[in-house]
Amino acid sequence: MTFTLTKKKADPPERARRGPGEIRHLGLLGALGLLVVVGLVTQPGEFATGGNISGILTLAATIGVITVGMTFVIIGGGIDLSVGALMALASVWATTLATQSYGPVVMVLCAVLVGTGAGVVNGLLIAYGRLVPFIATLAMLVAARGLGQRISERKTQLIRPENNAIESLATTRVLGLPLVVYLFAAVAAAGWVLLNRTTFGRRTFAVGGNPEAARLAGIDVRRHTLALYALSGFCCGIAALIIMARTTTGSATHGDLYELDAIAAVIIGGTLLTGGRGTVVGSILGVLVFTIITNLFVLNGLQTTDQLIAKGVIIVVAVLLQRRGLRTPT
Amino acid sequence: MNTPRIPSRRGLLIGGAAVAAGGLAAACTGNTPEEASKPAAAINGGDNDKPGTKVTIGFSAPAADHGWIAAITKNAQDVAKNYSDVTLRAVEPTNDINQQISAVESLIAAKVNVLVLLPNDGAQLNQVARKAMDAGIPVVNLDRVFPDKLSYRTWIGGDNYGMGVAAGHYVGEKLKQKNVSNPVIVEIQGIATLPLTQDRSKGFADALATYDFKVTAKQDAKFTVESGNQVAANLLQAHKKIDALWNHDDDQGVGVLAAIKQANRKEFFMVGGAGSANAMREIQGSGVLEATVTYSPTMAGSAIRIARLIAQDKGMADLVEQRAPQSLTLASETVTKDNVATYLPLGFES
Repeated sequence: MTFTLTKKKADPPERARRGPGEIRHLGLLGALGLLVVVGLVTQPGEFATGGNISGILTLAATIGVITVGMTFVIIGGGIDLSVGALMALASVWATTLATQSYGPVVMVLCAVLVGTGAGVVNGLLIAYGRLVPFIATLAMLVAARGLGQRISERKTQLIRPENNAIESLATTRVLGLPLVVYLFAAVAAAGWVLLNRTTFGRRTFAVGGNPEAARLAGIDVRRHTLALYALSGFCCGIAALIIMARTTTGSATHGDLYELDAIAAVIIGGTLLTGGRGTVVGSILGVLVFTIITNLFVLNGLQTTDQLIAKGVIIVVAVLLQRRGLRTPT
Repeated sequence: MNTPRIPSRRGLLIGGAAVAAGGLAAACTGNTPEEASKPAAAINGGDNDKPGTKVTIGFSAPAADHGWIAAITKNAQDVAKNYSDVTLRAVEPTNDINQQISAVESLIAAKVNVLVLLPNDGAQLNQVARKAMDAGIPVVNLDRVFPDKLSYRTWIGGDNYGMGVAAGHYVGEKLKQKNVSNPVIVEIQGIATLPLTQDRSKGFADALATYDFKVTAKQDAKFTVESGNQVAANLLQAHKKIDALWNHDDDQGVGVLAAIKQANRKEFFMVGGAGSANAMREIQGSGVLEATVTYSPTMAGSAIRIARLIAQDKGMADLVEQRAPQSLTLASETVTKDNVATYLPLGFES
């Protein structure tokens, strides 16, 4: 993680692979810093408290975990519009009376399996069925919400008292932070290692950058694409677990419009929508920017309408800043 | 050259895991509740409840994407079942305006005796309701009002402003008793752009003003558990000490209560809205939720009864008049620990 501008000029291949990723974070860190300053100035007594920081991280956990999966899919040249719906479906499936009768461990397994399973279906449709990712995952979005509503009979499914172990993920605190924050951190760290330190990660960049070249280099592009969507589904399953812990419910209404929030976080985090470039760190910073904006608006007693405008402006400014950092608009 | 295809060990493993996962998944979609349906509201309409002329009631409501709406259809069906002289023709619920218009048109064509309509949008369904009235089919307009009075015979619905007032009085009286000066009163709204939300907030503010109190902070959620949870989590951060909290909707209240519990906050009391069974069970316990102000879906059952009376040319038993009234605004009732037992059977599952 070095910001050596001179090296970047001298060594184009290195720049293409790593340099821009790091440079992009500069704008985002600036935005984050600016938000923190705004918080410190407007609410000096509330913003920088341990409770508030813990609150921000907890709120960021659900969308953050989804964003890690989304980062992989987008770097791999795809898009996953079904993430919010998959999270909802996984939360519903894991909280039916039948699943709940098997206890919390099966509920966790069920959430993760449903998420991953639906991700595999996405991957099969896209990699082997040759559907455009936008269409395939849009279809999954609609279908998964429908299935979630059907299973839950459009009701909110409460977690029963004997399965309180799920809720304890949100209530048990270690060093002042609830367990769900550690889960989020673990997923983010695992995502970073997977992307930057493994063959899987290098293949993801290759497949997203130039699928034909990747194929010629001996990568099974279709199988890799399948794995990327399965990974995204897996993350949705984990996110379902977090939302279940947070709200003590499973519901088909969970995760409404999460797909847009996750894509926005990935984009302002510096990942190219066309694939081939991007970072997990940037996406996490993107999630934190959005979560802190919401937090600042509530702390200052402002209404959500202006918050939406602020989010829109931030997306545009962040992308413009990245272009300047890159100097080679793509 | 052809080697027989022996399934690889890895293939078997993955295949086996997939089959097991499928089995587990299939076993997990069952959702049959343990308890049977609640006893339907008892019949107590005096002479009017004796079987009269056979009546076919057409019924159309939005699709149930929310516990409250689901309870509307269920209440209508439960009440209709109690009358041997009533046949209920409920059309497929939908959230699409066009579909609801054609559904109502089909009921008109089937020449039902009377219609009970909860429109997706009063203004957009107004024309077809008018068409029914012009064809001689009386319309009982449930909750969301048609703008044109020629479009319905009777309106029956809840009182959003009154709901805010009821919540405001509960909060105001309670804080006056406790002798709190300058209380921190927090309000979590539903969807802020809806007129019903604005009415609720206005009622709340007006009632609080009679105690010289005002709302310290309000934020809007989206009637969903998750939105309630997020808004509450942020609001609790913003206000370290709260005296009272009013949450407009018990469905989103599940998320609000989870956020309060996870933030480990107990210094304030909370009032809910709508009157879900879950909220009432919370009130029976000793948590922060002390009361909820009703906007009860039992109104659908009342609408069916009124529709039957209109079709049979009868008046309401307790009124002097010979015919059913033109408009009925149901009062928002305050459910507390003292009276929750009587309300629980009427609460809806969110």
